[in-house]
Amino acid sequence: MRRKSAFAVTTVMVAAALSACGGSSSDGKTIKVAYQKFGNFIGADELFKKIKPVFEQQNPGYKLKLIPIEADENSYYTKLNLMRRSPNTAPDVAYEDTFFVNSDAQARFLMPLDDNLKSWPDWSQFVDNAKVAGQAADGHTYGIPMGTDTRGLWYNKQIFAKAGLPANWQPKTWNDVLAAARQIKAKVPGVIPLNVYAGKGVGEAASMQGFEMLLYGTGDKLYDDQTKKWVAPSKGMGDSFNFLKTVYSSGLGPTPQQTLDPHWSDNVAGQELPKGKLAIDLDGSWLPQAWIPGGASAWPQWSSTLGTAPMPTQNGQAPGKVTMSGGWLLSLGARTKNASAAWKLVQLAMNKENSLFFYVKATQVSVRKDVVDDPKYVEGNPTQKFWTDLVSVTQYRPAYSVYPQISNQLQAATEAVVTGQGSPQSAMNDLAGQIKQIAGPDKVEGKS
Amino acid sequence: MVAVGLPERAATRRPPARRGRRAAGRVLPLVPAFGLLALFFVGPILWCVYASFTDIALTGAGASSPHLVGLRNYRQMFSDPAFAKSLWLTIVFVFGSAVVGQNVGGLALALLMNGRRRIVRSVVGGIVVGAWVLPELVAGFMWYAFLSDHGTFNALLHAVGLHGKSWLYTSPLLAVTITNVWRGTAFSMLVYSAALSNVPDELLQAAAVDGASAWQRLRHITLPLIRRAMLTNLMTITLQTLAVFTLIFVMTGGGPGTKSQTLPIFMYQEAFKFYHLGYGAALAIVLLGVGALFSLVYLRAMRKEV
Repeated sequence: MRRKSAFAVTTVMVAAALSACGGSSSDGKTIKVAYQKFGNFIGADELFKKIKPVFEQQNPGYKLKLIPIEADENSYYTKLNLMRRSPNTAPDVAYEDTFFVNSDAQARFLMPLDDNLKSWPDWSQFVDNAKVAGQAADGHTYGIPMGTDTRGLWYNKQIFAKAGLPANWQPKTWNDVLAAARQIKAKVPGVIPLNVYAGKGVGEAASMQGFEMLLYGTGDKLYDDQTKKWVAPSKGMGDSFNFLKTVYSSGLGPTPQQTLDPHWSDNVAGQELPKGKLAIDLDGSWLPQAWIPGGASAWPQWSSTLGTAPMPTQNGQAPGKVTMSGGWLLSLGARTKNASAAWKLVQLAMNKENSLFFYVKATQVSVRKDVVDDPKYVEGNPTQKFWTDLVSVTQYRPAYSVYPQISNQLQAATEAVVTGQGSPQSAMNDLAGQIKQIAGPDKVEGKS
Repeated sequence: MVAVGLPERAATRRPPARRGRRAAGRVLPLVPAFGLLALFFVGPILWCVYASFTDIALTGAGASSPHLVGLRNYRQMFSDPAFAKSLWLTIVFVFGSAVVGQNVGGLALALLMNGRRRIVRSVVGGIVVGAWVLPELVAGFMWYAFLSDHGTFNALLHAVGLHGKSWLYTSPLLAVTITNVWRGTAFSMLVYSAALSNVPDELLQAAAVDGASAWQRLRHITLPLIRRAMLTNLMTITLQTLAVFTLIFVMTGGGPGTKSQTLPIFMYQEAFKFYHLGYGAALAIVLLGVGALFSLVYLRAMRKEV
């Protein structure tokens, strides 16, 4: 009797273990959408919660399953791609970083949308610069941009007044920026004149808000789309490192300890700017997300205290200003069992009304022409028009799977320069060597 | 079954048959355990070995159709200065925090507490074990807060007129080593306390009568008698410390630069930040090898009779 019951327990346990391994079976009637939900960023979650009942009503018999992934950007992507490795867990629709389009298309995780786009009237409302963001090197479009972000200079008008600088500051060259920083250092002691991100601590901010905002204003780039090669070393790269050296070695920037703290970018938005300890900040369009009512560090006076200016090109060469964009796409999974319903979901999520909803909730810069003029779009954020206008000159990071590694080396190189461990020249040579090792020597060209 | 037609022999035959059935009855409930072990323990290790010979990745061409690339991952590893540095940091970290810190600290605590009053033992033991009971994540965060620029430690230094510094920035490996010692010493202390209680008092007293100093008694009587416990303890804490990830990840993230990037952090970066699962798997195999090497040395030493 006892043996029998032991056997029964065993059988039940094995059965339970096996069925647990089976996972959820997809019947094609449930559309799964995966997206990031993290800290301040709950815009996507709010968007999909809002449209879930609408979608289910418009498509009787279908269910929409929301899969919010609570992770920072890097871990979100790891988790998403682990899900995609099995057809059982692969989402039908996913929220995808623009710069992974090439490598995820190569991995055959994404479905090309070219035919769908031809019959979607809304597509003509998207600005051309943003349409490119969802396009891979093979010419196909793999995702609909959900909005974007731009980068430029934030400056504190109160500190500027004390330093005798204009309230409507518009620097034309790098030297104008440095001159303003020097004037602040001389006349307003106790504040950090200029913050340019650098080092591995802040991660991608050092690459994108920091180094690339300089490099792409010199006329050189990190990757040449014509020759399909990485560019290192180059004159612009050397000049960018020299700019960083000038800022950090002459006391115009934060101390290396501050810059290399992994929490520095949070400190800038949460403390240094609101407390008036930082005069000029080369940073992103999304900063007000923290300052609006309900944000992580609410600061009602931000819009009257802070001014914005485009980051100038090195010597004022055309187009006179530089900005970099990131942003996210909505993509269809290559293995989805119901592509037409999944596509309907994307159309619904990215129509005029819902795009506007997402832009406002997630402090995104619009990529739809018909949304920009809507009064709700600029309501509560007077700088929104400034950041949106920058989209016309924006540039994207090289969207290749080796980019995260190269970016990591870039951060290490800026760290060597700002700590004084290496000269700009040696940092550039080291970086060029690293890029050759990562991308392959035949994929790199020098231009110096 | 056989016994059915032969009732007169059944008495002699039944016991082995019953024993066989009883053995089967005992093994059967273990089958799911073995099955699960094979599935979730041996399986991943075998997969990891296989993956370390492929270019499998989380994105790009390697994600959909990984290829066997032979020893490429291992060649890349051994020509990568970052790997060499990481391996060195791992060895320094293990030696500093486990072999020296936790081991010697645990032994010292156990010796000091040996023969003290019960109240002293329970208070000290309680405090030390308290550090061990804390989850790694909490311990890491506490020490981050304690050592950070505006943390408690610098505040204390300022209070007595000393200048603090950015400990996590200037000496990150020392910071994580101290944290790991703080957290892990309790385990060694418990092992040694148990071992010391087995050292016969008569031997120590006899030695004392013969004029052996305290150091001589420790060196020639206590230590040889607790040698096995010592080696078991060393093996356990070495393997635990080799695998420490959370503590370092929370406190320094492996930085600044790569100054505290031990092998587990390096492996995480390669596999999940740069998406090279194959290379990450190769690193995991090497980490496994390092652990096996340490274990082998300890096992060898344990087999030797004094």
